[in-house]
Amino acid sequence: MKKNELPQDPSVLDKFTKDLCYVVDESGNYTTGLSRGWEVKAAALDLAWDDIKERTEDARQRALKGDVSPLLFFMELKLMDLDTLAGYSGFWKWQIKRHMKPAVFNRLSEKKLKRYADIFEVSVSDFKNVKANED
Amino acid sequence: MKINFEHVQSAHCENGVTSNLLKFAGVEKISEPLAFGIGSGLFYIYIPLLKVNNGPAISFRTMPGLIFKRTCNALGIPVVRKTFRSPEKAEQFLNECIQAGQPVGCQVGVYYLTYFPKEYRFHFNAHNLVVFGKEEDNYLISDPVMETVTTLTSFELDRVRFAKGVLAPKGQLYYPSAKREVTEEQIKTAIKSGIKRNVRDMLYIPGPVVGVAGIKYTANKIKKWRDKLGLKQSGTYLAQLVRMQEEIGTGGGGFRFMYGAFLQQAHAYHPHDTLLTVAEDFTKAGDLWRSAAVQAAGIYKGRLGSQQDFNDMGDYLLEIAEIEKKAFKDLSKLKW
Repeated sequence: MKKNELPQDPSVLDKFTKDLCYVVDESGNYTTGLSRGWEVKAAALDLAWDDIKERTEDARQRALKGDVSPLLFFMELKLMDLDTLAGYSGFWKWQIKRHMKPAVFNRLSEKKLKRYADIFEVSVSDFKNVKANED
Repeated sequence: MKINFEHVQSAHCENGVTSNLLKFAGVEKISEPLAFGIGSGLFYIYIPLLKVNNGPAISFRTMPGLIFKRTCNALGIPVVRKTFRSPEKAEQFLNECIQAGQPVGCQVGVYYLTYFPKEYRFHFNAHNLVVFGKEEDNYLISDPVMETVTTLTSFELDRVRFAKGVLAPKGQLYYPSAKREVTEEQIKTAIKSGIKRNVRDMLYIPGPVVGVAGIKYTANKIKKWRDKLGLKQSGTYLAQLVRMQEEIGTGGGGFRFMYGAFLQQAHAYHPHDTLLTVAEDFTKAGDLWRSAAVQAAGIYKGRLGSQQDFNDMGDYLLEIAEIEKKAFKDLSKLKW
């Protein structure tokens, strides 16, 4: 890529930083340049977020209907997989999977609910009622 | 307490941390591309079965931590590397380093990294930064992918050092433990062994998913995605490929350009013309990775979508595999 071809598309980086890239000058020698962003890359990131939002909304609906416990919704919301939540909560992965069943979830002790709620940065009652702290 | 540490922005976090920490240790000449090349940073792997953020797991660079380790090793610089069970001990050790005037590299998770744009904050745990001071409750942070230095409160730093999940950093920190004089001869040897190891990694690791074979493997997978996954999910997969390729400071196309820059800088130490011609090959490979990304974007934005478009996408990768294969073959034939 030539230095003058370095894309300068508006991106979410705008208020934060610029990407440093290795580019070649007219005679083919490497140098560096700063890029605001690249539309191709921004679209890929947008798509990833659309996907996350869709999965989160889906989990919210299912939790409200009682098909699944609120846990799944909060995991999607916080982009967590089982490994990540297991790490933060100290529960085993198989326990977390069980806690996704409404019947099991409804019998969880206040203490265990609090452990989850703290990770998701909500109160226990908001946690049980599928209410997120939207920022 | 603020250590006199020079922040130089880099394209990729670990190279930048390596290069900046080495500079502090008195080794001035190791630029980001040199650190990347000596550490044999260029790589490709498609990990089958494993999913990352519900997409394929692909990496364009070597394992986290290896670039720093290999580069210091090759230059004969002793390294301290520590992980911690207890966050209190981790913070205490960090404070002692800063008190002693030693800037420290830290592995951190990105999700709670407050100075990153929200859109970039996934649970990715192999980011690197340097802590070079503390003022009241604020740690002074040199994050190599940022243009300027920044700060994190002790709570925020603790949280990212003890991020959880895959590749959890466990408070890992590292730094060159002594200042050493590095000779021209040492750099020459380091460059040579870095290139040889990279040739091995890209050409000779057995199995279909690693190195240039892995690029081909991905190409053939992509051609089947449309039938197997449907348009929507293959779009998501392709977007993931592009994001792994062009993520903040970790560009896959970007890594190819960086390797080209490395070979040009290596030429100053080993005046072989092959290094310059192969550098051009990597420029070509990087450009093609970018064209492939444009093609992928056509698909995930819904402008393209026929089987022919997927075939073209796969063909880009096949062409790249051929170029990189030839490039590493040429490097392997070098008479040093």
